Amino acid sequence: MEAHLPVLLIVVPLLAAPLCVLLRHRTLTWILALLAAWTVLGMSVVVLLRVLDTGFISYALGGWAAPWGIELRIDVVNAYVLVLVALIGATVLLYAPASIAAEIPREQHYLFYTAYLLSFTGLLGITATGDAFNLFVFLEISSISSYALISLGRDRRALMASYQYLIMGTIGATFILIGVGLLYMMTGTLNMADLAVRLGPVLHTRTALVAFAFLGVGMSLKLALFPLHAWLPNAYCYAPSVVTAFLAATATKVSIYVFLRFVFTIFGADFAFAQMHLQTIIVPLSLIAIFITSSVAIFQTNIKRMLAYSSLAQIGYIMLGIGLVSETGLTAAIVHLFNHALMKGALFLALGGVALRLGSVELEDMRGLGKRMPATSFAFVLGGLSLIGVPLTVGFISKWYLVLAALEQGWWPLAALVLLGSLLAFIYIWRVVEVLYFQPPPTDAPRNEAPLSMQIPMWLLLAAVVYFGASASLTAGIARKAAILLLGGAL
Amino acid sequence: MNLIAGLFNYWVVIFLMMAGFYNVIARGNLIKKLIGLNIFQTSVFLLYISMGKKEGGTAPIVAGADAVYSNPLPHVLILTAIVVGVATTAVGLALVMRIKEAYGSIEEDEIHQRDGEA
Repeated sequence: MEAHLPVLLIVVPLLAAPLCVLLRHRTLTWILALLAAWTVLGMSVVVLLRVLDTGFISYALGGWAAPWGIELRIDVVNAYVLVLVALIGATVLLYAPASIAAEIPREQHYLFYTAYLLSFTGLLGITATGDAFNLFVFLEISSISSYALISLGRDRRALMASYQYLIMGTIGATFILIGVGLLYMMTGTLNMADLAVRLGPVLHTRTALVAFAFLGVGMSLKLALFPLHAWLPNAYCYAPSVVTAFLAATATKVSIYVFLRFVFTIFGADFAFAQMHLQTIIVPLSLIAIFITSSVAIFQTNIKRMLAYSSLAQIGYIMLGIGLVSETGLTAAIVHLFNHALMKGALFLALGGVALRLGSVELEDMRGLGKRMPATSFAFVLGGLSLIGVPLTVGFISKWYLVLAALEQGWWPLAALVLLGSLLAFIYIWRVVEVLYFQPPPTDAPRNEAPLSMQIPMWLLLAAVVYFGASASLTAGIARKAAILLLGGAL
Repeated sequence: MNLIAGLFNYWVVIFLMMAGFYNVIARGNLIKKLIGLNIFQTSVFLLYISMGKKEGGTAPIVAGADAVYSNPLPHVLILTAIVVGVATTAVGLALVMRIKEAYGSIEEDEIHQRDGEA
């Protein structure tokens, strides 16, 4: 049983999804999905503990040995991401029933859970697999189901947002497919560990360079690196609240993992950064992403859209950490990947509560909400503080490592820019806080807090935000191990 | 000469890829965009299949030790990719149907115009 954990992580939600369609009953499908997700969370934690102990787990799918068969290969890097995806997936699912009751027609609820589980499966699959083509297949499983999930939004603009995402997402995935094909052409293998070995002698060929370019652009599209981010704000803004919380916290994070895997494990940091000078592309783009998208966030009146732009800025911070190509920089990137998922998940869950009670997430409708929904408002403030990077929240830990990494290389202007970026975050969060607490509520507005079933998952994530903010040794410790592994060092 | 005739399959792939990609970017009609996307994906299928081809190679069926056969792995991979492509197109077409119901149009500029009014 325990030997099969890596594949069970994927198979459990994959089997639960069609069962949901057969069951059709709203509550039963929810219970089934919940069971599957929490089982996955438990298994992913066991896998992480085991990987921390033994280094990596290799699982030969169907008994076909790697490199011929498909291998699931889990080391510290993807075990960490697996736990993150499972944690968010399980927590958000707890929250789902109350929220979708208001946003999705009742007869479609079982389909929502089916698509949710499929997307969950895809994300776990991308993370666990050790096969480049298999990765593309899981990428498309998660993407196609997330197009369906986004289109469930009440506003008709959700449909266009979903369509736009479908076009952009498919182009990105096809670029990745081209890259993988070219790599196969040069090496005759699809297994990632095998690719890393066989690619070395042929890295100088033009085919390998073109593969690198296609993969780079494809992955940047998927992870929404500025200027390839155009699909994200609308998709996050018009999707149902639950879907936004789930995708914002997992989908782009998993794409960043794919980027790390291809650039560091397969091509190697030496090729990507010393020969291809990836740094000179990533660092400027990340900085532009941080400043432009944070500035745009300041002028948004729809708070969901504001947080979507803020997500783009946070992706900028993560990519900046990667662009620094040092142990501390990568640690900052990986720890922020985890931390940002926690805080952005919590913030979008809080907004889901607001959307349920007010029927709107426009700033002007949220006047005096601090009195009407004190708990949810406070949760928003707490998440916001973390986004700014206030000490005792996880946001501070990420910024700390990022500044440290910049200073390590003597790039103090970069450290100053990171802090300036936090100032922009302070401005857009403060706008909301000002409206929540310092403007009077409409006179006839009753006190109307979000239901407990929506508050508990939100507080769970916020508890993690504060806990890992106060004692970061666990998350940052694992992130550092992952960073060392990616840079090719021994644990 | 070798640049054109010897790399014939790549020229076809690149032509189809660019034609499809151009359609995705330049067309305002949502269905035409999807068709462009399909052509774009199909070019990649050809890229994979042609790389597995061997001069004079047959299907990889056991027929004596010295039989020359094409590499079947790219074929298998593309079978999967075709399924993925079909699924994407199906979801895309379903979305276009819903868009048509909601907006009464499948022209991108008209749709944005209608959202501007609302």
